[in-house]
This record gives sequence, structure tokens and C-alpha cells, in this order.
Amino acid sequence: MVEIPAGSASAIPAAEVADMELYHPKSWWTKYVFSQDAKVIAVQYALTAISIGLVALVLSWLMRLQLAFPGYFAFIDADRYYQFITMHGMIMVIYLLTALFLGGFGNYLIPLMVGARDMVFPYANMLSYWIYLIAVLILVAGFFVPGGPTGAGWTLYPPQAVLSGTPGGRDMGILFMLSSLIVFIIGFTMGGLNYVVTVLQGRARGMTLMRMPLTVWGIFTATVMALLAFPALFVACVMMLFDRLLGTSFFMPAIVEMGEQLQHGGGSPILFQHLFWFFGHPEVYIVALPAFGIVSDLISTHARKNIFGYRMMVWAIVIIGALSFIVWAHHMYVSGMNPNFGFFFATTTLIIAIPTAIKVYNWVLTLWRGDIHLTLPMLFALAFIVTFVNGGLTGLFLGNVVVDVPLSDTMFVVAHFHMVMGVAPILVIFGAIYHWYPKVTGRMLNDTLGHVHFWITFLGTYAIFFPMHYLGLLGVPRRYYELGETAFVPPSAHSLNIFITIMALFVGAAQMVFLFNLVWSLSRGRLAGGNPWRATTLEWQTPQTPPAHGNWGKDLPVVYRWAYDYSVPGAPEDFIPQTEPARDIPTREVVA
Amino acid sequence: MAVVLILVLLALGSVVFHILSPWWWTPIASNWSYIDTTLIITFWITGTVFVAVVCFMAYCVYRFRHKPGNRAAYEPENRRLEWLLAAGTAVGVAAMLAPGLVVWHQFVTVPDDATPVEVVSQQWLWSFRLPGADGTLGHAETRKVSAENPLGLNTDDARGLDDVIIEGGELHVPVGKPVHMLLRSVDVLHDFYVPEFRAKMDMIPGMVTYFWFTPTRTGTFEILCAELCGIGHSQMRGTVVVDEAADYQAWLEQQSTFTQLVASGEPQTTD
Repeated sequence: MVEIPAGSASAIPAAEVADMELYHPKSWWTKYVFSQDAKVIAVQYALTAISIGLVALVLSWLMRLQLAFPGYFAFIDADRYYQFITMHGMIMVIYLLTALFLGGFGNYLIPLMVGARDMVFPYANMLSYWIYLIAVLILVAGFFVPGGPTGAGWTLYPPQAVLSGTPGGRDMGILFMLSSLIVFIIGFTMGGLNYVVTVLQGRARGMTLMRMPLTVWGIFTATVMALLAFPALFVACVMMLFDRLLGTSFFMPAIVEMGEQLQHGGGSPILFQHLFWFFGHPEVYIVALPAFGIVSDLISTHARKNIFGYRMMVWAIVIIGALSFIVWAHHMYVSGMNPNFGFFFATTTLIIAIPTAIKVYNWVLTLWRGDIHLTLPMLFALAFIVTFVNGGLTGLFLGNVVVDVPLSDTMFVVAHFHMVMGVAPILVIFGAIYHWYPKVTGRMLNDTLGHVHFWITFLGTYAIFFPMHYLGLLGVPRRYYELGETAFVPPSAHSLNIFITIMALFVGAAQMVFLFNLVWSLSRGRLAGGNPWRATTLEWQTPQTPPAHGNWGKDLPVVYRWAYDYSVPGAPEDFIPQTEPARDIPTREVVA
Repeated sequence: MAVVLILVLLALGSVVFHILSPWWWTPIASNWSYIDTTLIITFWITGTVFVAVVCFMAYCVYRFRHKPGNRAAYEPENRRLEWLLAAGTAVGVAAMLAPGLVVWHQFVTVPDDATPVEVVSQQWLWSFRLPGADGTLGHAETRKVSAENPLGLNTDDARGLDDVIIEGGELHVPVGKPVHMLLRSVDVLHDFYVPEFRAKMDMIPGMVTYFWFTPTRTGTFEILCAELCGIGHSQMRGTVVVDEAADYQAWLEQQSTFTQLVASGEPQTTD
């Protein structure tokens, strides 16, 4: 730790690049629809992602109804059930979580938090959103083509994904799914390059990398990972399209399809799994790292205390990002790959638990001797820690190769990944929306509605997924349309299924309260002012709220201190904005 | 205060649920009790960490919640504490990983005296093949599969002529003898899964995958498919019976060899 001597900060010259007239939008269309303003693009991303996420929510209700009351709802037949689980998974992972964290929060927060006027390539940024929208529309179109969407499971494993025993395999469903993914990746790449270059090149004066808020670190690292991981999915999609349409055999060995010998030969289904999980595992952290970053800032701001161990937190993000590229085959322990790989991948997987655990310790140690305001963002952050720790610890079962053998492909896995990469990041998303909604709209979200939403969501999801682990331990397989008569499954397991379904209906209904709050507070919420949480980071120091196009008015901000000068001894207030020159109250940031 | 109470209740409630849960693993019927042991070790370590973290958090919320005039401490980092925690975590991780890897070594090392048993899967049916008198399975491949030869045996390979073929029926294995399960699929991915054996493995067209186990008690167990294989996935069931040696011999003598099946000209249906 060093104290930066008073006076040295005044050596930083004022920004030289003045606001330029030519880039402001000239019409309603270019201001609100084909906008190049990252903040508008962020809202477009968020609204689209939330809309398609609602479809996934309804799909989850339908599949839960089938599991609780098998055969009771005639329209949920096996075809539809598998289509529902497939689309639910794909929408949640890619079209909701990835798009919302990177396209939504990334676009809104990166330029504001690093002190830039916008993303460095605003036009490509705009294209990124519209291409994402096309990907979503192709995905939705899949519901209306003959045969319906694919029912291959979100992992789309060949050969099953392109054969007739699977919904959409020989019809259009799989083609729409693969096309939509390809388009999504093209759009994401345009946005992703923007986020990376903006963080590296667009920071305000004084905003060193080790002064950036952890939110930016999380989103930045996740974006770098996504740019490296998505190409694997991209080629896998293209190769499967070739197999399906042109008769190539990348993933297709000799196969007898319903008694007919096919022309394919020599391909490897496992090759697809390697490509898929080389994308798929980093994808887990592409969703998790932005959540890690955001929740760090929520905890720090609302506990009025600097994040504990900032440097360790940054390095943990970077190390987790790097390690996550060498753990992918832990999804494939029982895939039939050479079992000796198990030694390597179990070791790397359990090693990744160490930097992850450090993050958890530092979050709870930030609470220690803090001044904890139990605001909604703080409540969601606490709920996140509980849920994430629970889901992360069950990852130690599944990552440890031999323990995975009995649990793999059971409901234990479903419970684990919903806890760790479903519910946990979504709790952060909610906390983040309650935190930044005042900046986006100028008004606070309603507190009472927020508490109703919080308690039902937190306790409801825990009641859904915690007991579900025990169904998996019992041996109940995942992706079963119906369990039927199975000797080892006691009737009580069926009662548990009904309980889980009722909880799922409740939790889903609570989200309607949240949506109502979003709309209602837009015009009726309490006026927020520029910095309602008394936070230090740059986005709260904009001259207008909501920030205007260009963010900063005439002069760009100059940064004099790190993002976590909360409760600095001797300071009159319990926070010092990053723009506050150090000559009055020196920062006590740690320097890398 | 509600927050503190609920956090503590949630941590303790999870422990109580774990202890009282009627949903627990099926009674084991194979030699893989080591897997169960490793799982229990993992439960103890992770359960302790979970309760500790949640209770610590609840205490922080109780002790340091905002009251007028409060001010947070200013402590950017504490190298010693951070490294201590990291080292402690590494020890815990090693305590789970080490026994896990030892057992995995056993899992992937097939004993020499294990009897080969082939399982062939298709949408949505289990078939089996046992070596005949020569103790060896003949060559087989998907290209040879036809209505008359549903498992795709190579008729040029003499070793296969005495193989015992069970199409869509029950598999029997003798108790106490290690079994080398050789897994094949002729169409899509499947997974041979018997919860009581604890072991499972995917079956992949174009490859032979494997695992091994020793059945440790007699009984009838259900085979489930554990890898999504299309709309019939949840109906793809089979039966494996673990027999005493004498019962096993009696059953085996009633089964037909490949040669007998071909000679009888019995039309083989593949559904």
C-alpha cells in the first residue's frame, strides 16, 4: 500500500479530445432504434434478452408440469418435452445470460465505468445488436417450422441431433438452431471486439487497469474468453450443418438409423463433444465472471467498504479465465473418451476451486467490519453468495472424476448447474438491475415490490434446486420424459417432484412482480438523483442522469484514485468518487 | 434481523434435510463402495464449508449492519490472511482429489480375469453378447448390421460363431466375478446405467467403450439409458440379473449361439 503524495495528481492534464458535434444522432430513428449509443444498445440487448428469457421461463413451467404430473397434460408429449428442455437450456445460457451480461451490462457499464464517451466502434456495436436480434428471431422461427424446434438437448450431441428419433433431427428444427447459433456468434464477435478494445484503449486519464472496478474486469475477461471459445462452437455448428445437408461425416460414423444403413462413415461423435465443451466450459465462466465482478461492486458499495483483496480478486478472475480453457473434458468423464484423461481434467478442475474460493472469502471478508446497508442490491448479493457457494461446492463432487461416475447424467447435475450458473448469476442480474436502474432511468425501483420479488426468488429457487440434488443421488436420470415404474425410486420421490414444480410456478410468478416493477417505476418511481447509492465509480458522476449521448458533457473525467475509496479514514464522507483529486484526501489504494 | 435468522435457518435446514432425507443412494451391488466413500468425504468437507461460510455471513450481517453513526473499517488487503485461506482451501481440495484419483485408477484398470460382456444399444433396445466356449468375442461392426444379423457380427470371424446372443432380453452375470463391460451402439449415443452398480458409461457408434465391476450381491436390477437418445429415451429399459454360479450356468445353457440363430433362420426383428 502506498500513499500517493498530495499534489502529484494535479500533474494529470485535462482531456484533449472535445465532444464532437458530428456524431450525435440527427433523427428519432438513429437516436432510439438504429442507435450507435452504447447505452441505448445496452437497453435494446437487455429488453430482447429478457423477452426471450420469458419464453424460456414458460418452457421451464411446462417441463416441470410434465415431471410432476406425467401424462396429465395431453399436449406435452415426449417430442414437445424434449423440445422444451432443449430450447429452455439454449435460451437461458446463450440468448439470455450471455447476451444480457455482455451485450446488456457490458454495453452500459464499460464506457461509463472506464470514463469513455462510447464504445470505440459504435457502428459495429449497433450491428452487433441487430445481428443478435436476427439470431433470436431465427431461434423463435424454429418453433413454427414443420416438426418444431430441435429436441436434441441443449448440447445438441450428434448423431442423435440430426437423426429421425429426435424432434427436428430430420426436419428443419436442427437447421434453425445451428443457423441461429452461427448468426449469434457473428453478432457477438462484433460486440466483443468492441468491449475489449474499449477497455484497453478507451479509458479516461488516470484510469489504470488496476483502478478499474471489478465489474469491468469481470466483463472484460469474460469477453476475451468468449472471443476465444465461441469459434469452437461456430465450427462445430458449421460441421454439423455440413453433415446434415451435404452428407459429410465429421461427426458421423457408420450408423443404422431405424434399420437403414446410412452412407456416413468414419466420423467421430466425440469430436463434437470436445468442440462443444471447449466452448461450453468457458461459457460457464463467461456467465460467471461478469457476475463475480458485478457482485463485488454491489457488496463494496452497499457495505460502504473497499472490496477486500482487490489485487487478489483481479488475479483470481484472470486465473479462473485461463484455467477454464483446460477443464472442458470434465463434462465428458463418462463420454467414452480415453479414461486416462480423467486424471488430468479432475486435477485441473479441482484446482480451479482455489481461486474461486478466494473470491468467496473476499466477498464475505468485505462484509466483515463493514457498514452493511441491507438494500435490495445487497440482499441479492448475499443470496448470490449462498447460492453460488452451494452450487460451487457440488461442483467438487462432479469435478472429482470418480464421484462424477454415479452422479453424471442424473438430476444432481441439473441441480448443480442451475444453482451455480443459472440461479446465482440471475440473482446478480437482479441485484445489478436494482442497483443501476436509477442511473438508466433516473428513478428508483419500488422497494416493497422488490422485497416480495427477492424473498420468493431466493428462497423459492433454493427450495427447487437443493432437494433436487437428492433425487440425483438416488439415481433419477435427467432428461427423462417420465420416470414410469422404476423399482429403485420410492413414491416419496414423486411427491418431491410435485413440490419442486409448485415452487417453480411460484418463483416464475414472482418474476411478473419484478417486470411490473420495471414498468411501473419508469414513471412512478421515486426520483433517484445522480448518485443515490453514494458510490465512487465514474458512472455515478455523470453530469446528467440518465447520462446523455457522449456521457460526460464537455470534458472527459480524470481519475485520481481506485474504485473503492469507501470509509477512508479522515474523509468527511464515507465515499470519495474516483474523480476527486488526491490533493485533498489522499487515496490509500494498493498499487500493483 | 429477518435476514440473519433466515440465513442461519437455511444453513441448518440444509443439514437437517441432508440427515433426514429419505432420498439417498440405492443399496450398492458392486465393488465400487470406494466411490461411495469418496462421495461421503466430499459431503463432509463441502458441508462444513457451506455451513461455515453462510453462518459467518449471517454473523457479519448481524454484527455490522448499518446503524446511524457507524463507519466501515478501511482495510484494502491482508496478504497473510489471504494466503492462509488459499492454502487451507488447497488442503481441502487435495483431501478430496487424492482418494478420488486413487479410486479412478482402480476404475480404469480392468483386471485380467474379467469376463467380457458386450452390450449393444440401439433406439430403444438393449442387446447383449457373451463369449462362447472359446472365451473370446468375435469381431463385429455397424456396417454388418442387418435384420438377420442385428448385432453386426463378422461372419468371417470364427471366434464369433459360438458367441451367445441375447437380443432385447435379460442379461445375467455371475456374482463375485469381475465383468468387463464392452459397450457399442449402432445408431446414437446411449449410456449403460445401473444405479446399484454405481458405474455408467456412454455408448458411442463407431467406438467400443468400457468399464468394469464385480457384482457383489444377487438380485434383479434395472438398466436405464442415461444419455439422451431421442424420444424413447426414458422408455429404454433393460434388466440385469446377478446370479449364483449354478443359476448362471443353468441360464447360460438355455441361450442360443450366433450359429444356432443363423441356422434356425429365425427372423430377427429390430423393432
